[in-house]
Amino acid sequence: MKENTPNDETSLFTKKVSRRNMLKTAGVGGVGVVIGASGFGGLLNLSDSKANGQTNDVVPFYGANQAGITTEAQDNLYFAALEVTTDNKSDLIQLFKDWTEAAAQMTAGKLVGEASLNTSMPPKDTGEAKELSPSNLTITFGVGPTLFTKNGKDRFGLKSKKPAELKDLPKFPLDALEDSWSGGDICIQACADDLQVAFHAVRNLVRIGRGKTIIHWAQTGFQRTKQADSQKTTPRNLFGFKDGTANPDKKNSSEMNEHVWVKAGDGPDWLVGGSYMVVRRIQMYIEVWDRTILKEQENTFGRHRDSGAPLGMKNEFDKVDLEAKDKNGNRIIPEDSHMSLSRGDGKAKILRRPYSYADGMDPKTGSLNAGLLFICYQRNPSKQFVPIQERLAKNDKLNEYIIHRGSAVFACLPGVKKGGYIGESLFR
Amino acid sequence: MKKTKASLAVLLSTSLLFGCSQEKEEVKPADKNAKETSASASALDDVSSEYREYAIGEIEEFVKATEEFTTAVTSGDIEKAKEVYAPARMHYERAEPIAEVFGDLDPKIDARKGDVKDEEWGGYHRIEMGLWEENTTKGYEEYANQLMSDVNLLRAKVETVEVTPDLLITGAVDLLNEVSTSKVTGEEDRYSHTDLYDFVANVEGAEKIYELLTPALKEKDEKLVTEIQQRFDDVYSLLEKHKEGNGYTSYTDLKESEVKELSQAIDALAEPLSQIGIVTEES
Ligand code: HEM
Repeated sequence: MKENTPNDETSLFTKKVSRRNMLKTAGVGGVGVVIGASGFGGLLNLSDSKANGQTNDVVPFYGANQAGITTEAQDNLYFAALEVTTDNKSDLIQLFKDWTEAAAQMTAGKLVGEASLNTSMPPKDTGEAKELSPSNLTITFGVGPTLFTKNGKDRFGLKSKKPAELKDLPKFPLDALEDSWSGGDICIQACADDLQVAFHAVRNLVRIGRGKTIIHWAQTGFQRTKQADSQKTTPRNLFGFKDGTANPDKKNSSEMNEHVWVKAGDGPDWLVGGSYMVVRRIQMYIEVWDRTILKEQENTFGRHRDSGAPLGMKNEFDKVDLEAKDKNGNRIIPEDSHMSLSRGDGKAKILRRPYSYADGMDPKTGSLNAGLLFICYQRNPSKQFVPIQERLAKNDKLNEYIIHRGSAVFACLPGVKKGGYIGESLFR
Repeated sequence: MKKTKASLAVLLSTSLLFGCSQEKEEVKPADKNAKETSASASALDDVSSEYREYAIGEIEEFVKATEEFTTAVTSGDIEKAKEVYAPARMHYERAEPIAEVFGDLDPKIDARKGDVKDEEWGGYHRIEMGLWEENTTKGYEEYANQLMSDVNLLRAKVETVEVTPDLLITGAVDLLNEVSTSKVTGEEDRYSHTDLYDFVANVEGAEKIYELLTPALKEKDEKLVTEIQQRFDDVYSLLEKHKEGNGYTSYTDLKESEVKELSQAIDALAEPLSQIGIVTEES
């Protein structure tokens, strides 16, 4: 991330110099000479996001859909669920405008705001992503049911626009949800191949929202890095299994249209091109899993651990036959395995985009506090996530080793064109 | 008590003790770039001297209140001492940007247990421990006398402080940072649990600076003024809920959610307040 830094050019100190102005003036040519060799050399790079040789780690921010949904999962996640504290609708709209601008800058690898030379003010950008490449940063915004109505109150006159699908999930058996890990009026999902870049994004957005929003809960997440796995095989979760094998194909737009993007007629028009996100914060009992014999581990998922192949098969992407029997006539893939139950008849599909988390030690038990921030996208939660989770909650073998601690649903807004702002269709 | 500025301030005040008392102390900006511009400079200078008057006024009140407090301690009137403890400290907390300039006196007056070596620990919080933990004034007479003489010395020294615009600009946010890092956590008055008094006083001290700068701020950014005002109102209306009689509830009576609410309201205020440095810019 680049900017022009304040330097010793004291004659300039008193003037408000914005990056935009500098760009303009530098473009004229003459002024650049006046500034001379005063250290504004970096300026020439400002409009050039490829300056440090990173040509291919920018994910476009603008588009028909928001980035960060069908984008190939980056290495790191910083997720924040916010509560809106202002009750002024125009404040809220302004916030989305400011966020859009900042998000467009940050995803392009630029710093937030205009660099100011006034040392009597805190810097606009918090600075920790300076010099860092864009790292494929994506920032995805969603709105929760409570942005529309809370305690029966129509908060911003948006009640009539609330989609029927945007509501709390039903209570599932074994749920152990905690308020402090559930819900939220707005979500920000920042993903990047560098955790510092992702943190920087959320931090600056939260800062811009200060006084209008507060953090309700937040979670970092990770996967193996691309450096650590140059083959880019399917990442493994903290139980050591490849996770993501049977996901629908993100590159196949007709599949995405069928399962992920909200279409005209699905609900209110403002959400067309958006997607419903379901988040579950699922704690994993690491110690219990570690003392489980391999056969049991594999029966739990219905797949081989090392290859990721369906039980009885060789390779990860071999065809899954849930009915396949061994010579005694027993199913090879147990009916209560995670794969059998989550697949069901195979019709309802979700796009999973989970990240592992590890939050130190559980102070109560002394065990590792780790798990999965399960994030998935779909057109219609009550036809997709809900029936799958109903089956899992009832019978999944995996339930011995996990517990759901948090839950939230957000409508991720449609994408934005240059000049527009995220949420425009909703607020208009 | 303020730890971070101690080294600079100690330096200043030792030079004072070594006979430079006719010279005015100046709190210089650390960064040579940090000079304010001529256009607004004179207006800012006026504001600075108005602030100086305000702060000295608070310190004067602090001297009186400390007199009352220490007399109660030395005469063994424990009820009276407890009663005046928190209100007395409020004067100090309001004027903290100035009071803390004296890095040798600030810890003597306001150190909490652990801030300084145990054998050097005295001042308000030491006596607070006696009053609330041990429920006695006995054995604390010496601390009271020492406190009184330190506070008198503070009053004398404060005359020599020159308030710069920089001190004002950083002072306002510093006051709120004090709230964020020690008052809101209940670590300031850990025996009496009167943290909310200090909390309120810090906010009032910050508000004073904001009020003095308001005309200059309005010229630069009207919206910022409205925003800051709104956020002060939000903080005060939260504090209103915790009023009790003439004072404030015990910190221990606050629910976790109420502490969080207060903390977030301070963050929401301090963010726009941190923009007041805009007054140093040429328009
Ligand atoms: C900590 C919790 C979880 C873990 C460790 C986990 C792990 C796995 C693994 C290892 C697979 C097999 C490989 C693959 O196809 O990706 C899988 C598949 C799957 N999981 Fe999960 N999962 C968890 C929670 C969930 C939840 C809450 C849901 C949705 C309600 C879900 C839905 C699915 C689906 C739809 C598949 C693909 C099944 C197929 O079509 O083959 N999982 N999961």
